[in-house]
Formats: sequence, C-alpha cells, structure tokens
Amino acid sequence: MPETTTPVSPKAFASEWPTWCPRCGDFGVLSALQKAAAQLGLSPDDVVVVSGIGCSGKINSYFRSYGLHTLHGRSVPVAQGVKLANPQLTVIAAGGDGDGYGIGAGHFMHAVRRNVDVTYLVMDNQVYGLTKGQTSPTSPQGFHSPTTPNGSADNPVHPLRVALANGCTWIGQGFSGDPNKLSALMVQAIQHRGFSLLNVFSPCVTYRATIEENGEKLDVYQWFKNHLYSLDESYNPHDRGTAFSLLLEHNDLVTGVIYEDTTTAPYDSFLPGYTTTPMAELAVPLEEDSFAKMAAQFQ
Amino acid sequence: MRSELVWKVGGEQGSGIEKPGEVFLTACNRLGYYTFGYRNFMSRIKGGHTNYQVRISHRPVSAVGDHTDVLVIDAKGAQESIDRNLAEMSDGGVILADTTMKATVPEGARVQLMTVPFHGIAGELGSDLYWNMVAMGATSAVTGLNLDAFRELVQKTFGRKGEQIVQTNYAALERGYNYIKEHYADVPHLQIAPISHPQVRPSLEGDYAAAFGALAGGCRFLAAYPITPASMIMEWMAREVPKVGGAVVQAEDEMSAVLMAIGANYAGARAMTSTSGPGFSLMQEALGLAGLTETPLVIVDVQRAGPATGLPTKPEQGDVNEMVYGSHGEIPRVVIAPGTIEECFYDMAEAFNLADRHQCPVIVAMDLTLGMGKMTVENFDLSRIRIDRGKIMRSEDIRALTDGFLRYLDQPDGISPRALPGTKGAAHLSSADEHDWEGRITEEQEIRTRIHDKRLRKVASVDFPGITWHGVQDPNLLLVGFGSTTGPMCEAAERLNAAGERVSVLQVRRLWPFPAEEVQPVLERCPHVVVCEHNATGQLAHLIRAECGGPELPGLRKYDGDPFRPAEIERVGKEVLNNARDNNTRIA
Repeated sequence: MPETTTPVSPKAFASEWPTWCPRCGDFGVLSALQKAAAQLGLSPDDVVVVSGIGCSGKINSYFRSYGLHTLHGRSVPVAQGVKLANPQLTVIAAGGDGDGYGIGAGHFMHAVRRNVDVTYLVMDNQVYGLTKGQTSPTSPQGFHSPTTPNGSADNPVHPLRVALANGCTWIGQGFSGDPNKLSALMVQAIQHRGFSLLNVFSPCVTYRATIEENGEKLDVYQWFKNHLYSLDESYNPHDRGTAFSLLLEHNDLVTGVIYEDTTTAPYDSFLPGYTTTPMAELAVPLEEDSFAKMAAQFQ
Repeated sequence: MRSELVWKVGGEQGSGIEKPGEVFLTACNRLGYYTFGYRNFMSRIKGGHTNYQVRISHRPVSAVGDHTDVLVIDAKGAQESIDRNLAEMSDGGVILADTTMKATVPEGARVQLMTVPFHGIAGELGSDLYWNMVAMGATSAVTGLNLDAFRELVQKTFGRKGEQIVQTNYAALERGYNYIKEHYADVPHLQIAPISHPQVRPSLEGDYAAAFGALAGGCRFLAAYPITPASMIMEWMAREVPKVGGAVVQAEDEMSAVLMAIGANYAGARAMTSTSGPGFSLMQEALGLAGLTETPLVIVDVQRAGPATGLPTKPEQGDVNEMVYGSHGEIPRVVIAPGTIEECFYDMAEAFNLADRHQCPVIVAMDLTLGMGKMTVENFDLSRIRIDRGKIMRSEDIRALTDGFLRYLDQPDGISPRALPGTKGAAHLSSADEHDWEGRITEEQEIRTRIHDKRLRKVASVDFPGITWHGVQDPNLLLVGFGSTTGPMCEAAERLNAAGERVSVLQVRRLWPFPAEEVQPVLERCPHVVVCEHNATGQLAHLIRAECGGPELPGLRKYDGDPFRPAEIERVGKEVLNNARDNNTRIA
C-alpha cells in the first residue's frame, strides 16, 4: 500500500449501464459494491469479480475491474482458483440464489468449509429471473411459477444456516433496498480473511414484484422492509449458537453481520510451502537442485 | 542364459502383494536390467485376486510380458492365483508357493511347483512380514539373480530402522535362497544373464513422470479429485509441490477441480487437473468455459475402462471421442498422447507451453497401462524443458498501446495477447457468453461469426509432433495406435521383422488437431494397415478416417480389461500378411 492514497471514487468502478429491469434489486448491489471498493481504496486492476449465470451474473459487465463471467453455478470454484494463484488480488464471487444454492450448492458448501479468502456475494431474489420466472431454491414452498403451476413442493434452502453449520467464517445478510448498510457490510466481507458469504435480498421486480400476505399483495420492497430485522450493536456475532437461534427466530429475515470467526486461519495458511507470490512468477523451470532431488527418488 | 525373464507375484488383494513386486522390480532395476511392471488389481481394498507382473530384460521393454516364467504365490488365495495365472505360464516355468498351501497344480501342466515355507521361515524370524524376503531369496535361487541386489535394497530401505531389522531381512533372503538350493535341482533354462556394467536408471510410473514433467515445466497448481488410475499424479504433486511453492487442492468433485484450474490459469499460474474418464465427463462443461474465454488449461485424462464406472482398475482407450469432440458447442483444443513414460514427462511440460501459447484447453491423453505401468527409463534431461508463456502483456506494454487494450483483438493467427489480472490499465471482462473484441457480451451476428472463427483458427499453428514413426518407410504392414499400445505394437513389429516381414508402427502423438497431412500419405503408401486400440468401436480408426478419408481401416480392438500383449498383435499381423499372400493382394 502506498503511504498516501488518493481517494478513489465509486465511479472508478463503473463501466457500461446495466440492462437490468428498472428497479431491479441488483442496481443497489452494484452501487453498494462500487462504493465499498472505493472506500477500501481498491484499484480496478487488482480486483477480480467472478460471476455465475443469471441476471446477477451480469454484474461484472457493469462493475469495472477484471471480470470473469463463468458458467451457471460455477463461479465459486473459479474464484478460489484465482485467489490461490494470486493472493494479492481481491477476489469476489457473485451470482444469484439459483446459481449458488441450486446448481452450485455443492461448490458453495465446500467453499464454506475450505475457507479460501474469497467474498461470495449472492443476489437472492427467490426466483429465476433471466429464464423468466421459474421456481428457485430459495422460493417459498407453494410458490406458483411456470415450472410449478400448482405451487412448489420443495422446502426452500436456508443458505445462511448451511454456511453456519459448515464453519463459514463470515456470514452477513443485506438488502438492496438499504444500499448504505449493504455497502458497509461489503466492506467488512471483503476485509475478512477467509471465506465470507454475503447474502443480499435483491428483489426481482418482474417475476416476484409482489408478495402475498394475509390476502393482500405487497410490493416486494415493502414486504422486505416490513419483515427484515436489522441487527444493532447489541448483537454479538461471535457465537455460532446465538447466530443459529437468531436465524431460527426470525426465519432468516435478518440483516447485518450474523456470524464472524476471526480465529480460524484461512485455507492458504494450511498449505505447506505456499507463499503470497503470484504464481505467474513461479511458472519457471525447476531449479537443478530440486530437479535432482526429485529425480533421485526414482532410482 | 536368457536375456529376459518374466516374474510375477500373485495373491489375495489386500495381503500386501504390491510390496514384493516393488522389491523385485527395484532390485532388478538396480542390477541394471530394464524393467516393466504392471499391477493387475481389482476395485476393492481386500479380497479377490491381484498380481504384479515384472518383466526384466537386457534391452528396453515397454509392454507386459506374454508369458510368466516365475510365479510367486502367497498362501492366501493360492488356488485362485494358480487358476488365474496358469495359462500365462511359460513351458517349464516355476511356481514358488508356500509349503502349507492346499492348492494343486493340474496334472499335465508344464510347470514345476516348488514349495518353500515362506511363512514358516518368516515366523521363525519374528514376523510374517519377512515372507517377502524369503520369496526374494527363493526367486534368486531359481533365476540366478544376484542376491546382493536384494541385500543392497534391504540396506537402503531398512537401514534407518536399525541393524537388527537389516540383519533379519538378510537372514530371510538367505534362508529362502538356501531352501531352494537344498531341496530342488537348478533350473538352467530360467537363469538370466547378469548385466556386466550395470547402470542405474530411473524406474517409474507414467503418472509420476507426468507429474514430474508438469512441475519441471512450471506448473505450481493442481486441483483434482481422487480417481484411479490418476490419483498418483495428485498424490505425487501433493508431496512435491510444497518443496517449490504452489498449491495442491483436493476439490469436492471434478467440476470444481477443473474450474479451480481454470481460475488459477486465468490469474497467471500454470495450473492443471488430473482425472480419468468419469471425472473427465464431469469436466465437459468447463472445457467450453476455457475455450470461450480463451483461458489456458491442462487436463490429464488417464483413461480407464468405461462406460460409467466400468472396470475402474483396468486399461482402455475409450475416451478418444470425448477428448477430441467433448463439450457442447465448438472450441479450439489440443489433445496430445504420450506413448512412453519419457514422453509422459516431456509432453506434460510441453502441454503448458501449448496451453499458454494457444490459450485453450490442452488434454493429455494417457491410459491406465501407461499411468500405472512402471518402467525403466533414461534419465530425464532438465535442459530439454523450455517455458514459453505465449502472448502476455505487462503493465508497460499496456501503457504503450495507443488504442487501449482489447482482450480478444483479432489477429491473423487468432491468438490475442492476454493481460493477467493485476496488470495496470487492462481491466476487462472475460465472458463465457459470446463477446466482442473487448470482451463485452454481444449477440451481433457478424462479430459472433468472426470471433468464433478467430478462436477456432488458433490451433492451426500448433507446433507439436503429429506422429512418431517406428521402422522402415515402406512397410507391407503398418500398425497404428497411440498411448500404451505403442510398446506392444513396436515389440510385435520387431518380432515380425525378425521373421522376415516388413512391419512398421505409426504412433499417433497428437490426436487433435489431427495430423492428417502426415497420416494420409502414409496410409496411401502402406498396403496393409491395422489400427490397434483398447476400445470396441474403433474410435481412433474412425478419427483417422474422418480426418484422412479413405476406406474403413481394419482394427485390432481389445476391451477385456487386459493390456495388449505383444504376441496378440504379432499373431494378427502375421495373419494379415499371410492372408495377403494367399489372396495375392498388393504386398511388396
């Protein structure tokens, strides 16, 4: 880090104008991320956003940095590879609920327990948007959609509980209707050394514009505003049991830092011989001495 | 005295049969013989029959032996060991068995059974583990192999454990040796001539050679999921990478493994994954990601017998189609096929140059016999390893650009310079959606067509040997194959040539882009061709025909889970040539 840093503007992280629907929750996520990156004094050249497929996966088309737009459900393994190959980069994986908790659920769970220093940003809108409104893994039971015309039979995934149960070292949840708080959460998630999961309620205003409650259709933003419980300073995020109780009590509708483990070392600290040197610089032939020692074991 | 001998140990799986096999191979290698070891095992931890065949010779050998001359069998599972291996025994071969075994050798079998109290002697020496060395001593007495080589190995292996262990092992060797000498007459026809000036060469499996080659070529990242017969690559890397810096990650599945390797390559590492058929199938989607984003990637597929779980511990070459054509859509790729253990080493190092140069997936096609077969090789030469990272722009190169950086800039050779993340002023998007020259997602028809062409054009300039030719230029019979069939094909050709025929071998070294310009004229020139491959449908033969045209090629196809024996290919070669003479077809 240089001794004096010129303040970075969030605009440094802006590229083309998004093609998302007006009022899409992902706008709030994008601006919060731009603000967080600026606040952290990052350079677009040192950030990699690895995204999945879906409306959310387009985020690195609009966020200026190095971007790798991958496959449906596959952003998290790619992001871990990027980070391990060059730990000097800030690596953010991003995608939606279908991407991370459906087709990519296996990768998600194992990334949680592996604890590579990657921030995983999930734009959870509880519906498949880009493919036009089908049921997603976080859609509530009974959700009517083209693929579940009689209401979905499946129970929704509880991603925060999955993460908590598998030893995720940083778990937060935000709401794109509250971009200031969301941005502050992103700053903390990125700063955390280890795998951080930031689930963001990021409404789809096209395929889940309203939520029915007591026979009344509420605007999706209003519904979240009515139900989200915002954690204050009195909450201690360092106890897993408390975090579990909190999620159960509020049916996961909580925003803030839900759990933080600052004592468990990240994955790379368990790799013998691993250094912070970017592996691009290690891609050289073996030295004579190492080569000879390795060859000797075959004699 | 003979110049070649085939020895085998057989017994119940899980009872430690691998150990005596390793000891025998290593000792013979140290005596200066060329060795070839092949483990025949089943997909279970305990139970069932397993055996380890070691062929030793005065000249290089790269195929499983046709016959076994000396068979050592453990007391456990003795009858099964005899039943399963008797047909493979050479006339006058010797079976060395424990005296307590209840098994019998059928009447009329042309083998000699010698019983030795392997376990009795071992028990007297204090541990059943010593039976290995008793068996080595007995082997030495039957074959004339110098007992000192085994003593040396004992010293090397157990020296650290103290003098008493070393001395007890010596005693086990000597008692096994003496028992045979006291109870049985010498077997003159099994005596193998010693190597007069032994030179100790490396002996190793193709998996280890590939892993070593990768490291030598600058690979410092491997993500993989355990799978037979590729696990040894991962295990070796996990042990050795920490010594030079880097990371070996056991991924949750093969999708994750290949994706991590793609991420690491994208970030500038030389990164790979290693797998076998089932895992390679799971990687198909990700192949397209590397192809479309133009990210270098190296995948080793140590093929095994499929489909599905198939015969997980047996050899096959059934993934040719998948390696060459697999993944939806169309991507540039390179598929190279080492056929010897030396080639596993050098080709792996070169695979990273190809991946970096062409910015696409490079698949290294191996197979179980090559990956797990253990062979004496010449010393590897580090000075032959070159590193070429292809077109990479650094921050200063970016600064010098007048029009800004275009990641997918159209180029005559299709290869656009890349900038690794972290490079100043070159932040860009790499998308698995179709994109424009800058990297932005697009559905414009004209761009789509041009950029798709650009990508596919990239591999036209691949510089890697297409074929290796073994033998005379104008043979009457040409044997064609790749990978581990190369060894037995060459041996069959040698034998046929020794009998007055003109037979050569065409080893395909590059499956994709297929070297049609080299193969087609050869096929036209050779009156008779047999494509030898380990699959039922003739995948290599069809690839050749698709790329070179011409009539369907006769094939020798083996898919019973057993590696080719030189004698099988020799027999078919002779048949083809005899039929040709009988039918007066074209023959020089």
